[in-house]
Amino acid sequence: MADLIKLTAAEIAAKIASGELTAVEVTEAHLARIEAVDEKVHAFLHIDREGALAQARAVDEKKARGEKLGPLAGVPLALKDIFTTEGIPTTVGSKILEGWIPPYDATLTKKLKAADVVILGKTNMDEFAMGSSTENSAYGPTGNPWDLTKIPGGSGGGSSAALASYQAPLAIGTDTGGSIRQPAAVTGTVGVKPTYGGVSRYGMVAFSSSLDQGGPCARTVLDTALLHEVIAGHDPLDSTSIDAPVPAVVEAARNGSVQGMRVGVVKQFRGEGYQEGVLQRFDESVALMKELGAEIVELDCPSFDLALAAYYLIAPSECSSNLARFDAMRYGLRVGDDGTKSAEDVTALTREAGFGAEVKRRIMLGTYALSSGYYDAYYGSAQKVRTLITRDFEKAFEQVDVIVSPTTPTTAFPIGERVDDPMAMYLADVCTLPVNLAGNAAMSLPCGLAPEDGLPVGLQIIAPAMADDRLYKVGAAVEAAFTERWGHPLLEEAPSL
Amino acid sequence: MTVTDLVSYEDALAAYDPVMGLEVHVELGTKTKMFCGCSTTLGADANSQTCPTCLGLPGSLPVVNATGVESAVKIGLALNCTIAEWCRFARKNYFYPDMPKNFQTSQYDEPIAFDGYLDVQLEDGEIFRVNIERAHMEEDTGKSTHIGGATGRIHGARHSLLDYNRAGIPLIEIVTKPIEGAGERAPEVAKAYVAELRELIKALGVSEARMEQGQMRCDVNLSLRPQGTEKFGTRSETKNVNSLRSVERAARYEIQRHAAVLSSGGTIIQETRHFHEDDGSTTSGRVKEEAEDYRYFPEPDLVPVAPSREWVEELRATLPELPRVRRNRLREEWGISAHDMQSILNAGAVDLITATVDAGADSASARKWWMGELARRANEDGVELAALPITPGQVARITALVSDGSLNDKLARQTIEGVLAGEGDPDTVVEKRGLKVVSDEGALGTAVDEAIAANAAIADKIRGGKVAAAGALVGAVMKATRGQADAARVRELILEKLGVEG
Repeated sequence: MADLIKLTAAEIAAKIASGELTAVEVTEAHLARIEAVDEKVHAFLHIDREGALAQARAVDEKKARGEKLGPLAGVPLALKDIFTTEGIPTTVGSKILEGWIPPYDATLTKKLKAADVVILGKTNMDEFAMGSSTENSAYGPTGNPWDLTKIPGGSGGGSSAALASYQAPLAIGTDTGGSIRQPAAVTGTVGVKPTYGGVSRYGMVAFSSSLDQGGPCARTVLDTALLHEVIAGHDPLDSTSIDAPVPAVVEAARNGSVQGMRVGVVKQFRGEGYQEGVLQRFDESVALMKELGAEIVELDCPSFDLALAAYYLIAPSECSSNLARFDAMRYGLRVGDDGTKSAEDVTALTREAGFGAEVKRRIMLGTYALSSGYYDAYYGSAQKVRTLITRDFEKAFEQVDVIVSPTTPTTAFPIGERVDDPMAMYLADVCTLPVNLAGNAAMSLPCGLAPEDGLPVGLQIIAPAMADDRLYKVGAAVEAAFTERWGHPLLEEAPSL
Repeated sequence: MTVTDLVSYEDALAAYDPVMGLEVHVELGTKTKMFCGCSTTLGADANSQTCPTCLGLPGSLPVVNATGVESAVKIGLALNCTIAEWCRFARKNYFYPDMPKNFQTSQYDEPIAFDGYLDVQLEDGEIFRVNIERAHMEEDTGKSTHIGGATGRIHGARHSLLDYNRAGIPLIEIVTKPIEGAGERAPEVAKAYVAELRELIKALGVSEARMEQGQMRCDVNLSLRPQGTEKFGTRSETKNVNSLRSVERAARYEIQRHAAVLSSGGTIIQETRHFHEDDGSTTSGRVKEEAEDYRYFPEPDLVPVAPSREWVEELRATLPELPRVRRNRLREEWGISAHDMQSILNAGAVDLITATVDAGADSASARKWWMGELARRANEDGVELAALPITPGQVARITALVSDGSLNDKLARQTIEGVLAGEGDPDTVVEKRGLKVVSDEGALGTAVDEAIAANAAIADKIRGGKVAAAGALVGAVMKATRGQADAARVRELILEKLGVEG
């Protein structure tokens, strides 16, 4: 089945539709792959073998009845453990939700089921999506399939590792500051953070409401687009969801081109802290786009230097409020309820035991930033910076169609290297954060291996809000040109597990 | 210090000038909750009207109830407020188990309505203007029931039960500016304000505003300053004062208590206080050692509310006649005193009497029954007048039966009793109980003949010209007909049969 698991989602869907493969066969092959390699990789927190096979059988029955199948019918998917799944555990990588079985499906989960996508299970993540390495998961780290001693990125390291180790051709991530794009970059896969409001947040456990955005992950640009189209669209249950047609992402992915496009390079996305091999691959990518007919424009976006500081006030502030509901009163972990303690004490003991260090750090940061007397200096100032960043983007997009940058300044770093150095960890997201603060759309796709360590480098493409299709148009052109140059997809160079 | 000795009200007012602030929470009568589609019907089984959103389950999100916003705008307009062109919700963060998200979705520095006023009429007809600071939208919390403690409070309880049916029900909080210049009438002003606000809310049709059911709750903030000074004193906040009478009593008690503390050289502590219905006192609740920090920030899960000017004007055009204006109009139509009108208002009878008049009764009769027999029954049963199981239409029918002579007052009272006992509508009760005035001349004639035969001596006296003696025979006939005869007609018949001119 080695060949089957290496097929793209588009190929699998076509073979199921033509009758060359059954959905059950496809699902069984991926379940077998998970069985074979996930002990080493640890991409999944929960495998839903029965549910996946039932969904696959339903697809095959549909096919047998002669019903028309959707574009991803029968294709397996790895779902980040941050989306609620009725009857299936949802932990958000945290002890505090251990054993919680949600009574409802997230809108995204519903859309996947309605599209006959086969959900294999729930993937590992940094606790509450706070982190850039998946080391903050309460259930242990995930290994990078390129080198199991390296991080797979975070917070969506389980999803990116599942893709890179061929455990699933499709995955779902969420991106608050880079949690889709940075894992895609360090595992040589593709990930898109849609425009804020493009994919419903209903049923996605909140970290930072004004920044969180679910999005598609895959091994190719086209597969990512196909998944994007399935999960995107207006949801009346999410007030911040955009009530407008989904940009034509699949059409764009099928018609890749940078001919005549103005591509911006921002001078702030460079300098100290950037690995040499990363910059080398990035510069090559820019040269490639120029060869393909793009016009390259230098841009100055001074407020981007303040993005990290603003992000680490806004995200913790919102998280301090969003995570207040985990009080042991209604669901999840409950510690110290021995009949002698007050409700207040039980809440305190549960939060002490149930939250990890990074989550506690951010709750404390946010509580402080919102407190009376400090609000204006911290949260208020951060919101002003956010406005400045949005304006810098607006000005930039008057001059260019898309902006490109390295997705993250370095390749995958060793597990354990940055766990005691939060600032070093936070810097992994320095190129991705400004996009979340402004609500724009962005993609990461592979642009080669860094010569010094042979690990994947990601190219970030940024588009204005509601112009997600541009990511796919540019991404597909770059992917095609690189694949031609390398003679095969980059992931073929990864060691076999 | 503990204060049990109060300064007399007169002495307190001689030395100090009260300043009040009133915060009123009104539960809106929307069909669904403020941020989800759950029902708001009262009295359902605990936690049966909940969903992921109002339980605050991980991943759930709020969606604003458009009717809730419309109600808020109507209240704002009726209170002569400016309606915000753009405003946001904000999160008020604090931990309490009956609040599912551990933050309340409320409004902070951008209320939907602000800078208004409400003119209230005091018992003597004087108009007092209460300035409104703001009216904002928020959600109610769930309800805790503490088991095992002596007081029903959490202190000493063995465990607590949580019912989230109320969590997320829309609330409008209406906050006054400091009420100054009311002097000794401050408690009366407080009561009149809450009464007027209640009438207004009911007239707008946005809530039934039943205080005894917690649909309208009042916090009374009060401070004293020495007469002739400007600076406000330290205030106390008496929470959840839930009847009109209690609002007045709580304000009065706090004036006397503050005066006692201040006069003896003490200082008032800023704290919340509980009001006790039984003796009208207040006791210390939670001392606010440090001002609670709610860490308000704009609710990122909701988009701003921007009521268009056109829509606001459309709503303004639909506002009903203000209750105070309407009452003055009715008072003139009914030809009654301001004092009588106030009694009718306090009894909650304005709408009932109006509806009875609309159903065909004359206003005097309608007032007589509602403020007499029915008010007495409501009082005995400890229920609101409107809660009695009799409709204005039924009362109108009874007055019609009285005016056409079918019933006398005594029979009418029995008919009302029957309707209240669930025996049916007035005609059915009259029929079943056989209450109709005996107007059958044959039957009545026989009864009169029998009475004359049985009281020959009296009959002779009457024949002899002592007409006043007829009363005794009337009584006998009434007795024989069990009160169902028209006494005046009986008298006529007696005199006729005895050949005497009445």
